[in-house]
Amino acid sequence: MSTSSTLSRRLPFQAHPVDEVGIKERVARLATRSIKKSSKVEGLKLALSMVDLTTLEGADTPGRVRQLCTKAVHLHSGRTDLPMVAAVCVYPTMVRVAREALKGTPIKVAAVATAFPSGMNPLTVKLEDTRYAVGEGAHEIDMVISRGDFLRGDYGRVADEIAEVKKACGEAHLKVILETGELGTLDRVRLASDIAMEAGADFIKTSTGKIQPAATPEVVLVMLQAISDFYRKTGRKIGMKPAGGIANAKAALNLLVMVREVLGPDWLNPDLFRIGASKLPNDILMQLEKERTGVYQGGDYFSND
Amino acid sequence: MTKTSTTIGSDWGYAPAPESADHFKLKDQYGLFIGGKFVPAASGKRLKTINPANEKVIAEVADGGEKDVAKAVQAARTAYDKVWRKMSGRERGKYLYRIARIIQERARELAVVESMDGGKPIRESRDVDIPLAAAHFFYHAGWGDKLRYAFPGKSVSPIGVAGQIIPWNFPLLMVAWKVAPALACGNTVVLKPAETTPLTALLFSEICQEAGLPEGVFNLITGAGSTGAALVNHPGLDKVAFTGSTEVGKAIQKSLAGRGTRLTLELGGKAAHIIFEDATIDQAVEGIINGIYFNQGHVCCAGSRLLVQESVEEEVVTKLKARMESLIVGDPLDKNTDIGAINSKAQWDRIRDYLKIGEEEGAELFQTKCSVPEKGYWIRPSFFTRVAQSHRIVQEEIFGPVLAIQTFRTLNEALEKANNTPYGLSGGVWTDKGAKIFKVTRGIRAGVIWANTFNKFDPTSPFGGYKESGYGREGGRHGLRPYVELS
Repeated sequence: MSTSSTLSRRLPFQAHPVDEVGIKERVARLATRSIKKSSKVEGLKLALSMVDLTTLEGADTPGRVRQLCTKAVHLHSGRTDLPMVAAVCVYPTMVRVAREALKGTPIKVAAVATAFPSGMNPLTVKLEDTRYAVGEGAHEIDMVISRGDFLRGDYGRVADEIAEVKKACGEAHLKVILETGELGTLDRVRLASDIAMEAGADFIKTSTGKIQPAATPEVVLVMLQAISDFYRKTGRKIGMKPAGGIANAKAALNLLVMVREVLGPDWLNPDLFRIGASKLPNDILMQLEKERTGVYQGGDYFSND
Repeated sequence: MTKTSTTIGSDWGYAPAPESADHFKLKDQYGLFIGGKFVPAASGKRLKTINPANEKVIAEVADGGEKDVAKAVQAARTAYDKVWRKMSGRERGKYLYRIARIIQERARELAVVESMDGGKPIRESRDVDIPLAAAHFFYHAGWGDKLRYAFPGKSVSPIGVAGQIIPWNFPLLMVAWKVAPALACGNTVVLKPAETTPLTALLFSEICQEAGLPEGVFNLITGAGSTGAALVNHPGLDKVAFTGSTEVGKAIQKSLAGRGTRLTLELGGKAAHIIFEDATIDQAVEGIINGIYFNQGHVCCAGSRLLVQESVEEEVVTKLKARMESLIVGDPLDKNTDIGAINSKAQWDRIRDYLKIGEEEGAELFQTKCSVPEKGYWIRPSFFTRVAQSHRIVQEEIFGPVLAIQTFRTLNEALEKANNTPYGLSGGVWTDKGAKIFKVTRGIRAGVIWANTFNKFDPTSPFGGYKESGYGREGGRHGLRPYVELS
């Protein structure tokens, strides 16, 4: 599909205006929730179970991916009370390695596709990229939207592309990355969320992790509200995945608070909420060990994979 | 999506996170603060002040009478004549700055006491009441030596002794609203706090001592309504400032008639909160919550009448219900509490009466399903739909977490309904269109109108009402006017 039809170009997406000042206030208020003691420990474990443990480097090797998969299963030596992470997220060429390494575990393998991270390739290439990753065994596909088309106002084309990729996914679940750091305004974040959900996303995801800002609380809140509206309208529960820059336990707990108060407890599980991260688990582990032993341990007591 | 893991998250919640109250010690008994010293009431009578969240007595305070009022007014007069009026504005400002700083230093203690005595959630006393009280002193401290510039071309002098009566909804903040401008302009003060919430005003008296404020510049008489009447009826006052109910405000105005004592009144309200179909609905819902459930609805400028454009009524009401269910009602000292206790038994009874009246009038009541503690005075966040302009729950101020929801079709209809009330204190409008904001704000007769936000306060911004909401302004340059003589 080289050009989008006039019809789809004019697809009517109802604007849901967002007030940035109001969003900031709500974010600030949610950040004042006090999460202590048992609710902190439970919350941190819950967050671990939602992590998409990620490595997306040009320098990734099969060995490195295998290491990461081991970490995904055994987060910290000597602790048996910890959950496994939800998924491991890799480039398409590493999917097979990850599937092998995770055999026999419930951990999913997610692959970034569609010319990640820029999306600057023709749709045919993007679809082939997707089919390849699915063929290698990916359970989940993390695609990027075409920000250029979106910012130009060609919403129909963005929607069509998502729908095509969804088809190419087959059984695999589709996460649609909006790359909010390139969208500029919260109004656009909201519109892109609506388009992605209408076009067939199973999850909407903030960022690739390659661009800053990434998963700011403001962006997450706007996307959660979009999911809430979509659910009310269609009865379909769409998942949410903030990714990029979520490096500490406090930020993770804050995300859980936002999900709980905006979407409700139904969304507080890895089927509907994921956190894309690479460094986050170690900070959470540090906090959990502190809660267990009463003292903080240095970074060298936690494995870096 | 197939289940990838257990759904342990569905019951994840917040553990209790109570703010500790062991970093300070309240006295068992407090006296009146007259001439820089704490003294018992002449009658020896005392009142108990209780914690509305558990009905326990926190402390006993003196029940001031006519004799005490006379002593306090005399002390204020002496301080006015001998010290305060003669002092340079810059020197007066110095004391106000000191008071502001001590309020900040003792902020945590003041916040906890405010929540214990009045039932408001610690989140609000910590983040709103106490910081704003300090801000009012900072702001007015700056005016001390600049009054000439506030009223260009005029010669500015103080009025004399001010009698001030404040309500129980924002106890320390109302002390600041009243005392800071009065003192900055060179007047001295006799203040009576509300019967149910005297404690932070008493701590404020300690702060005045700590700041070295000259004796008699600030005096405090605790007591009930009769004490307030004794203060208003004292012939030695040059100025009376009252914040409270319209009923009492009218009585005060009657008793001052013909006496030449100046008066400002900040009374009740029944604000219209207008949501247009082009509003940012999620933020508007947040604004509605902030408008009516802030401080358990004990806010004179609360957005207690919601006017929603009919095309978005269903969406707004559905979202409002969902948001209300996430409000945490309970222990005011818990840092996660959104809605605290109703301030007193009397107010609790009054609100419950209105809930009954609303249902009897045929309106449909919605209340959240949250559980509330057994002891103490609690009302679940509530609203009425199917209400008419003639209903008492639309016309009268309830002063609780009870919202009346109506719809409108056109802008003019919204304005008509908004203005069809004896009150005129505040209002709110939500729309994405700037021009509409100006049309609405010009069309509503109210002292403050918020656009795309609600319940925002700042010392630089004047606050006050029209019609039965009173007259006179507090805050900003306008707020200095009632405390100065211009020539």
